[in-house]
Amino acid sequence: MILTNYAEIAAMILFGIGLMLLLLNKNMIKKIIGFSMTDSAIFLYLAAKGYISGRKAPIVTDGVTSAEAYINPIPAGLVLTGIVVSVASSAVLLALTVRLYRKYHTLNLDEITDRARKGEE
Amino acid sequence: MARQLDPNGQSLYARFSRYLSEGDDRLDQDMIREVDAPPAVHDPEPVPPSAPFPPVAEGVKTRHTRVATVAYQLIAMLLTAAISMLLIWTTAKLPSFGDAQNPAHNEVARRYVENGMDETGSVNLVTGMILDYRAFDTLGESNVLFTAACVVLMLLRSGSREERIEIEADERMEDRNRDEILQTAARVLIPMIMMFGCYVILNGHLSPGGGFSGGAVIGAAMILYLNAFGSGASGRFLTIRTFRFVSVLALSFYSLSKAYSFFTGANHLPSVFTTGVIGNLFSAGLIPYLNIAVGLVVCFTMYAFFALFRKGDI
Repeated sequence: MILTNYAEIAAMILFGIGLMLLLLNKNMIKKIIGFSMTDSAIFLYLAAKGYISGRKAPIVTDGVTSAEAYINPIPAGLVLTGIVVSVASSAVLLALTVRLYRKYHTLNLDEITDRARKGEE
Repeated sequence: MARQLDPNGQSLYARFSRYLSEGDDRLDQDMIREVDAPPAVHDPEPVPPSAPFPPVAEGVKTRHTRVATVAYQLIAMLLTAAISMLLIWTTAKLPSFGDAQNPAHNEVARRYVENGMDETGSVNLVTGMILDYRAFDTLGESNVLFTAACVVLMLLRSGSREERIEIEADERMEDRNRDEILQTAARVLIPMIMMFGCYVILNGHLSPGGGFSGGAVIGAAMILYLNAFGSGASGRFLTIRTFRFVSVLALSFYSLSKAYSFFTGANHLPSVFTTGVIGNLFSAGLIPYLNIAVGLVVCFTMYAFFALFRKGDI
């Protein structure tokens, strides 16, 4: 069955890359890029789960309302919600990063931690 | 901290305070003088401005911290590899892609597809789902966007007078060098983009699209306007007051109209919003109006994000 789930496996690989970026990069902006990549992986996964081969998008055409004619509309709605929340959280994260940069003049997380600790002493 | 010196030998702060006391005219004069003046011959070796923070002392980065860093990276890589392998292994065992017999395609999806058009009046079943069956979810989503815009506003809106003057000085410098090609292209493109966005929003229940996508398109047109003509031009019709007023109005309209429809629906009362003739522009009950409300929130939030990151104010 591994040969049929291309989209899901691509989503999982994308998730792994995003997680790696999130964990290994010291640059805050790159961390946020990794965060967005994990989001995209989840959207790809959900969209793939809603697809049914040979069926059309869930927009009623010619008055056909049989469930056998259209793909599953639920994941589409979930992905829509997810995209909006992802945009909102990225904006908040970037705004926080801008504030950190204004205070510490660096994007490197280790440097920020050092400088914050020095400021406390 | 050593003050940065400008070519005239004055500290930036001294200039700011002069602008503060002498007003905009002084700023204009200085700008004209400095922009039109022939470029000053730079020193062959400019003195690098001293860093605002001293570099981390040598003693801090001992052998222990280096070992800890390497260990952290190794653990992170192993963890990521383990999680990825686990996920891929699980994915391989999932029902195959695109199969109609998958457990995800259960009676809920069947119900939405078979009765969705008659019950909500929306030809686009996804729109009917998110703005009627799951309208509460979409309200929460719009509120998340609005809250995020408020948080970004709190974090990035420039507080001090000096900061604001600095931003205004940048803005005036840019106003003198606006790109003619961009402006001409924007004059042609912006009406078309706006019209397409309105089309996508208004036809959200008939064709692909809806409040979120159409709102993003209109937001893009507004961002293009800001880039082409500057914030002086966009500030004439869009200030922080407009943003607050429109967002709050759209969200309140959404909540109140949905409260009304929940009330009538739960008590089996007839609602004034009927599905109408399915397929018409003004049909599907509340859905077109809710789409407009969501579109307004989205386009203003997109513009607010861009404007705040660009110059710290709407």
